[in-house]
Amino acid sequence: MLARDAEIPLKRTPLHALHVASGARMVPFAGYHMPVQFPAGVLKEHLHTRAAAGLFDVSHMGQLVLRARSGDTADAALALERLVPQDIVAIAPGRQRYAQLTNESGGILDDLMVANFGEALFLVVNAACKDADEALLRDRLSDTCTIDPLPDRALLALQGPKAEAVLSKLSAGLGEMKFMDAGPREVAGLDCFVSRSGYTGEDGFEISVRAEHAEQLARLLLIDERVLPIGLGARDSLRLEAGLCLCGHDIDTSTTPVEAALEWSIQKSRRRGGARAGGFAGADKILAQLQGGAPCRRVGLRADGRAPVREGAQLFADSASPNPVGKVTSGGFGPSLNAPVAMGYLPAALGGAGAQVFAEVRGQRLPLKVAAMPFVPNTYKR
Amino acid sequence: MTTLFTSDHEWLRIEGDVATIGITDYAQSQLGDVVFVELPKVGRALKKAEAAAVVESVKAASDVYAPISGEVLEVNDALAAEPALVNSDAAGKAWFFKLKIADKGELGGLMDEAAYKAHTA
Repeated sequence: MLARDAEIPLKRTPLHALHVASGARMVPFAGYHMPVQFPAGVLKEHLHTRAAAGLFDVSHMGQLVLRARSGDTADAALALERLVPQDIVAIAPGRQRYAQLTNESGGILDDLMVANFGEALFLVVNAACKDADEALLRDRLSDTCTIDPLPDRALLALQGPKAEAVLSKLSAGLGEMKFMDAGPREVAGLDCFVSRSGYTGEDGFEISVRAEHAEQLARLLLIDERVLPIGLGARDSLRLEAGLCLCGHDIDTSTTPVEAALEWSIQKSRRRGGARAGGFAGADKILAQLQGGAPCRRVGLRADGRAPVREGAQLFADSASPNPVGKVTSGGFGPSLNAPVAMGYLPAALGGAGAQVFAEVRGQRLPLKVAAMPFVPNTYKR
Repeated sequence: MTTLFTSDHEWLRIEGDVATIGITDYAQSQLGDVVFVELPKVGRALKKAEAAAVVESVKAASDVYAPISGEVLEVNDALAAEPALVNSDAAGKAWFFKLKIADKGELGGLMDEAAYKAHTA
């Protein structure tokens, strides 16, 4: 049950020394040595983020700038639309949108945030996928775009109901930002990129800052007694309660955006009959599923009992049948709900809200009900 | 009354032919916040090293193994209602189950407190 340091050298974020000095328990994660929890522990860190503000180091994630060779950012947006089912052209300057990189069979290679900074697009991708994503962008978009990874930048997330008040002490005009606004901004006199977004279901901000200033900024935020440092453990339970997908678990190359119940993120302009319908990898399958439905769907699951149902647990239609109908892709204990929560895939016919299924845990069939997500209502400032 | 320990961070309090079993304070500190405990059924005959109970934190599930063989005499139902007892009083109120010791010879392979302290140092 104890995490052991891997033999291969792990990369460190610019906040590594601060985490260690803060008493974090460090674990290998996506090739980085990351804090899984701080002395407060996962439960308190989770609840504190929902009640006040939590500071997350997400510097392991990939930050990239995509710039059109023509100098017109619309050309970079149009080019990126070859790789994602989202409308990138319509992202207004100063705005950000959630997207997925898809493969030829409609599966998800990675999910990402795309922001329009006016003079370029700014992308944030998952740590485990960032090298592959960069290679894909170079391979497919180099004709029209330059692709510049930003390994010299850290990424901090400040999340929770007090995030705006805390960050406003260091940066003027933040209150005017709405959910998914994004752009360059000064924070504590430092040139940063700030977006009003995150991955906890709470209002909050993500702040990209030059690596050499990351610890200074983190310390300025942590000095505020409303802010606690938060590790990967609580990051996972927060995003699970918010019904948000973890790439490589809830979504991967075998799941399409429609199967993953992410069709809300695919705008009309890219669907059949839209101005720029299709034209991305896997479009035939994804567009057909948008119209005719997907055979299986990602659903939220609430347990009747107290036992957490975790990733990998097989799902059954009843308490006796030998054949599984689906499986849990994320699951654990939701501290804000004080109850187990999970998500997984079920055949469309079995996944209606309120439907009962069973998960096999240690040889027992535990009853679960299909439940709407997010499990905990989000508090985004729209 | 003797208290013995396993290398898997369980403690056993021996009173006559009954062993009360729990996990150590070191184990709970490594697990983090405990949110669920599954206990064996009373009357079950456990073999040494068999998975007997499960303790779950927010992050993960961990098995608790029977440190010795024996029949389950009693389980601590308080843990179902208040799993966090494992964090607040691992060595006391948060005992898991009591076993009727099947073979006292198995106790010989366990550690005393000094040896366990050295084991976790």
